[in-house]
Amino acid sequence: MSHWIAVPIVLPAFAGVAILLGARTSLRLQRAIGLAATAALVLVAVVLLRQAYDGTVTVYALGAWSAPFGIVLVLDRLSAMMVLMTALVAICSQIYAVTGPDARGANYHALFQFQLMGLCGAFLTGDLFNLFVFFEVLLIASYGLLLHGGGRDRVRAGIHYVVFNLVGSALFLIGVGTIYGVVGTLNMADLAVKAAQVSGPEATLLSSGALILLVVFAIKAALLPLGFWLPLTYGSATAPVAALFAIMTKVGIYATIRVYVLVFGAGAGQAANLAMPWLLPLALLTLILGTLGAVAGRNLRSLAAYLVIASVGTMLTAVALGTVASLSAALYYMGHSTFVLAGIFLLVDLIARQRGEATDQLRRAGAVRQPALLGGLFLAAVVAIAGLPPTSGFVGKLLLLRSALELPSVIWIFGVVLATGFLSLVAVSRAGSMVFWNVELPTAAPDPARAKPLRVVAIVLLLALATAMAVFAGPVVEFTDGAAYSLLHPDDYIEAVLAESNAIPASVEHGGGAP
Amino acid sequence: MTLALIVMMPLLGAALPALVASRGRDRAAWVAGALTVTALALLGQQASSVLAGNTPRASWAWVPSIGWNVSFMLDGLGLLFAGLILGIGALIVLYARNYLPNSDNLGRFYTYLLLFMGAMVGVVLSDSILLLVVFWELTSISSFLLIGYTTESREGREGARMALAVTGAGGLALLAGALVLGHIAGTYELSEILASRDVVQASPWCGAALVLILLGAFTKSAQFPFHFWLPHAMAAPTPVSAYLHSATMVKAGVFLLARMSPVFAGTDEWFWLVGGAGLATITLAAYWALFKHDLKGLLAYSTISHLGLITLFFGIGTPLAAIGGIFHILNHCAFKAALFMTAGIVDHEAGTRDIRKLGGLRHAMPVTAILATVAAAAMAGVPPLNGFLSKEMLFEEALLVQPAGLPPWLVPAIVVFAALLSVTYSIRFARDTFYGPARESYPGHPHEPPRGLRLPVEVLVVLCVAIGLAPAMLAQPIVAAAATAVTGAPLPEFHLALWHGINTPLLMSVLALLGGAGLYAVRGRLVAAHRAALPAVAAKEIYEAVLARFFAFSAFVTRGLQNGSLQRYLALLIGSALVLGAWPFLQRGWSGAGSLSSAVDIPTTVAWLLLVVTAIGTAVFHRRRLVALALLSTVGLVVTLAFVHFSAPDLALTQISVEVVTIVLILMALHLLPKTTPRETSAARRGRDLLLAGLAGIGVTGITWAVLTRPLETIADYYLATSVPGAGGSNVVNVILVDFRGFDTYGEITVLAIAGLGIYALVDGLGVGHLHPDRSELQDEDQHPLILTIIARLILPFALVVSVFLFLRGHNAPGGGFIAALVTSVALIVQYVAFGVGWTHRRLPRDFHPLIAIGLLIAGLSGIGSWWFGVPFLTSAHGHFHIPLVGDVELATASLFDLGVYFAVIGAVMLTLSNLAKLSMRETLLAKAREHAAQTTQEIDAARDAAADSFDYGEEV
Amino acid sequence: MELLFATAIGVLVAAGVYLLLRARTFPVVLGLALLSYAVNFFIFAMGRLRVGLAPIIREGVTEYPDPIPQALVLTAIVIGFAMTAFVLILALRANFDLGNDHVDGREPEVGE
Repeated sequence: MSHWIAVPIVLPAFAGVAILLGARTSLRLQRAIGLAATAALVLVAVVLLRQAYDGTVTVYALGAWSAPFGIVLVLDRLSAMMVLMTALVAICSQIYAVTGPDARGANYHALFQFQLMGLCGAFLTGDLFNLFVFFEVLLIASYGLLLHGGGRDRVRAGIHYVVFNLVGSALFLIGVGTIYGVVGTLNMADLAVKAAQVSGPEATLLSSGALILLVVFAIKAALLPLGFWLPLTYGSATAPVAALFAIMTKVGIYATIRVYVLVFGAGAGQAANLAMPWLLPLALLTLILGTLGAVAGRNLRSLAAYLVIASVGTMLTAVALGTVASLSAALYYMGHSTFVLAGIFLLVDLIARQRGEATDQLRRAGAVRQPALLGGLFLAAVVAIAGLPPTSGFVGKLLLLRSALELPSVIWIFGVVLATGFLSLVAVSRAGSMVFWNVELPTAAPDPARAKPLRVVAIVLLLALATAMAVFAGPVVEFTDGAAYSLLHPDDYIEAVLAESNAIPASVEHGGGAP
Repeated sequence: MTLALIVMMPLLGAALPALVASRGRDRAAWVAGALTVTALALLGQQASSVLAGNTPRASWAWVPSIGWNVSFMLDGLGLLFAGLILGIGALIVLYARNYLPNSDNLGRFYTYLLLFMGAMVGVVLSDSILLLVVFWELTSISSFLLIGYTTESREGREGARMALAVTGAGGLALLAGALVLGHIAGTYELSEILASRDVVQASPWCGAALVLILLGAFTKSAQFPFHFWLPHAMAAPTPVSAYLHSATMVKAGVFLLARMSPVFAGTDEWFWLVGGAGLATITLAAYWALFKHDLKGLLAYSTISHLGLITLFFGIGTPLAAIGGIFHILNHCAFKAALFMTAGIVDHEAGTRDIRKLGGLRHAMPVTAILATVAAAAMAGVPPLNGFLSKEMLFEEALLVQPAGLPPWLVPAIVVFAALLSVTYSIRFARDTFYGPARESYPGHPHEPPRGLRLPVEVLVVLCVAIGLAPAMLAQPIVAAAATAVTGAPLPEFHLALWHGINTPLLMSVLALLGGAGLYAVRGRLVAAHRAALPAVAAKEIYEAVLARFFAFSAFVTRGLQNGSLQRYLALLIGSALVLGAWPFLQRGWSGAGSLSSAVDIPTTVAWLLLVVTAIGTAVFHRRRLVALALLSTVGLVVTLAFVHFSAPDLALTQISVEVVTIVLILMALHLLPKTTPRETSAARRGRDLLLAGLAGIGVTGITWAVLTRPLETIADYYLATSVPGAGGSNVVNVILVDFRGFDTYGEITVLAIAGLGIYALVDGLGVGHLHPDRSELQDEDQHPLILTIIARLILPFALVVSVFLFLRGHNAPGGGFIAALVTSVALIVQYVAFGVGWTHRRLPRDFHPLIAIGLLIAGLSGIGSWWFGVPFLTSAHGHFHIPLVGDVELATASLFDLGVYFAVIGAVMLTLSNLAKLSMRETLLAKAREHAAQTTQEIDAARDAAADSFDYGEEV
Repeated sequence: MELLFATAIGVLVAAGVYLLLRARTFPVVLGLALLSYAVNFFIFAMGRLRVGLAPIIREGVTEYPDPIPQALVLTAIVIGFAMTAFVLILALRANFDLGNDHVDGREPEVGE
């Protein structure tokens, strides 16, 4: 049988162990192992994507205990896409990290691998409680990474991030507990089936538990009013970590889609479409406030951080609209914003390093050492994130707007999305002209070092990925359409997962699994 | 294919100038010129067939699922515009080469210019309306770069940003309009949309689409009230103004009007919106132009006014009006580009563009003077120049417009008035600059410009004259072709001619010319009157003010919400959870008739009381931290008891061992923290918190109560049935942990391991790595009670045995790897307590990382091992073994996994502890240092600050 | 019995939440600890309350408590322990680096 699905989780785990066992003393060796493992992860992710491309749902019963009794890993278009995105962002972040930032503290590469393990696990598992476990894996790893390099800012941000998420974890358990207490199962597919049959007071309880879960996912996704932790956190993390975190908010969005489209989607009887009424207004609010934050940003890092929040608003708006077209738009936008924002966080670091005292603050200062290079990259990145053509951002926004045309909320969607698009345009053009145009004549200050080639490579890679999404928008959208369709018509998923569940595996052959 | 090439030639070639510029500005110029001319040639090659009435097309699918194609078409309209863009573009390349200072190697400039050129050609050749939007926004971006080209100048930067904001916003509106229009027509292909006029006009969305699209057009063409960005875009270097603001960018707006008129023209909305905007713009702009002292400023407003003229043409919407509009686009390009370039020459040679400092330049630069005069005359509409012809046509059309509810003379009157004004400012431009007495000094040293600067002007002026004299031959074909595209229907018979005999339009022209001349004569008093009557029109100030307000507002909102207080964020979090959790109950009410199962007994009640008291106590006494901790540990004990009571032996064991370790950890931590909490929160705040806490408590109680009193059928029976036969273990909980849901445990121990790593990194970051336990000053002087040390010595081996026992029986009785590990750890902790940190530390391994790693490795390997047998990760097998003392145990490979758990847990716990120990040693060090040598303090404080460095830019590793 | 159990959890939650909302790291840690007790209890309760049994298969025993919540709680306990340890050390680190133990890392200006 094929074990490919488990590899994205097991591979980083072993890489982390290898680093701990073999390479604690040699940073060089750590880098080698880490890069190799992540590169391998990219390949595996590609394999998995090809496997899921045509919509086949592959189920992997861990410990040979079939759902709903054992934990299963499920590979469908969505999870395959998430894993690939993770791997790609990870490799770029790591290419950047090995140029120096990783040496600022202990255990960077081990933590990084475990972070990947957590992310891939969260994207692949088909079990609600197991999702919690992998949330914890990726969170605790992210705590470590956030604090990597120390410094007062990070410790300050760390306290907020950690405590806030710990409370979130407690809520997660309350939510899962309630759900189990009502329907007595944890497998998502099984939940989807059983949730549909629940009614009366049970349904009320179930909904309550499910909505508490929404709070948890909202924290991860940085949906307002629960996203206030994000700017400080992303703003103070080391550049490659901030870049990797570009995928972290997507975990929340992924979970939201999984749970509120698959389990509590249209087919969930009395608990049907539970989250959507809350999601749409909150998402629009997030989009607005995130954009305002970007406009008010006093330095490039906070500008980028608020752009993350705004992008979350955009995606969840699309999710909340709940049509195939809009969900597809959300998935497309997810890829776009992940790559571009990751790139921006790295780029901001490069810029800051070349502006001496001013670092990344939006004030008149000396010119950067390499205006053409950095300016060009900055232009490309912000044009994309502001959703101007001919970039992936434009395609994404266009898909979203188009999908809203049929819906009653069309006025709101158009109004907010276009207005915020305009504001972010104002914000980034202001920032850009401030940093690259409004420069003092070269002072006697020592000339900053040129950007290390590898760092530029990492950024170019990320932007290239986004560009590719625009150039090959045709096939990409075809894919996201397919993914969105099967999310809204989850029968295949459910069948695939629960296929053998009726046939309890005979204990004998099970016990005899190995001599 | 050719069509795509025409567009892509400049776009893809854009990078070249920047690349070659390092080897001399001329190279950059040559490359740019070559690309432009090639594109122009390709266009010309298509021209004949287009003029013959064909419409070449080329299309590739881009996003098929939404019908978004990369499709181009070349009809008459496209041909005219593309011709102007590329033709004048070529002249600009030449002009800029000679205009821009030699210090500038032009690479960047030509790159931007080509980008812009390609985008413009894209706009006029797109067949897909979405593609049109793409190029449209590209022109906004590239013009932003061009306008801000001279980055040193504040005006340049602000002008650029304003232009981007206004036209960009228009672009967004256009995008919306395009989507709506496409939605109505069911296609994004312009050629099909234009054919479905009836469908579009029948749709209720029609109005919305129209308004949105017009917003795009008006912002781009600087129509009132979106005109204000254009004058400030004049901060751009003159070649840019000459190109963007005469021939191309601003024309994109009127192009869009022309493009769309087959669908919308003729409707009342169209007439009022477009015509109205046109009329307003013509008059106002012409009027403002009178009072500009900057040559380019004057030209800017005149441009706005003439664009208004063209807009009005299209607004009228009759075929002849369309012809007039097209014709005037052509003419305006010719004379306005010429005038801008002249202004540039004057600026270049005389050193200023301020009319008040100029005059009499004809002595210094006679040729330029003549060129300027002719061009100005064309703008004023003096026969026999091209401007005269198109203006005649406008007068003619204006006479035919009879809008309901307006006096018939109104439109013609306004038009004549505007024409009159344009005569005045044309005279002003020419006369005040070149004629009158020569000044004795100019800011610069005026003389005829170099060949390269003047040639483009000459070409254009010749064009003005030629078209004026032989319109039928030179202009008729292309105008006809373009106008056909605009009307979307065969044109009526028409012929462009200089002389139509004496008729009303002619009289109107005469009136305009004389009046204009007269007005020029009395302009002195007019200016005075203007100053007295009207306040200075300061659209920019308004814009800036609005923007500033807005930035302030966003800052206010953001800092207001994002006030950096964790307490507020947590309150929000709890609040949200409460609202969402309670929502279903509020919505549907609660009707769950519960059924109590078991009755209350005394011990339970006592335990309950104890729990409640201690829990509340922890909260109440939290300021006195040790007390609170003590209470907390009691809570933990009660919890353990509860687990025993409610049939969960494994939980009880785990809870108690975790409890011990946790409390010890917190104790050690508290040793390094303030011992009390200051009283600092206001009563109101405490009230809010109490409320939240209370509600949260009630909420959870409610849910628990509701669930507990309802029946549950779970999948549990399966585990009870399968545990022994299927997994070879009778302790179902442990079997679930290491087999059924072993993957959870795998993740769980990873979490523990990662926590260890993170903690190590945290402490390591404090710069305690160099602290070695065997540092002399770390010897613990304080005596430890003998009895305790003895006990500790005894406990260690005993505990180890116990943990082995617990481990082995784990699969069948309460116990297992995790509990065993904790027991071991507790034993080790006791050593700490008994012998003090330093002593223990010296006797334990320096580094627990390998232990963690080995644990994870074993667990992982036992998981992968199953792959070798072709079964999934973590699949377990089991069999019977007899072990002395322990007895007959059924061992499963799951136990191997459990062994991994054992090591990982010990490793993680001990790593944490040892680091905590390091910290306390560090404190001891600090303390001792403070007592003894001052410089040591400094050294250590220095180390501390070094560890706590702020953000890490600059220095590299 | 159910009522006692439910209220016990409620009290734990209330006390925990109140402590969470304090301004210093140590009470917050205590609050988190209380909260995790409550949560563990809560999950445990979701398997319903059974007295005097054990989830250990014995000959002739037919009644067992629901083992799943117990397993989940075990996992939760471990994870909670890891988290507590981490946040504890983080609090220490913050106290060292920032010179105070306020959750926002800076002493509030007087009159807050």
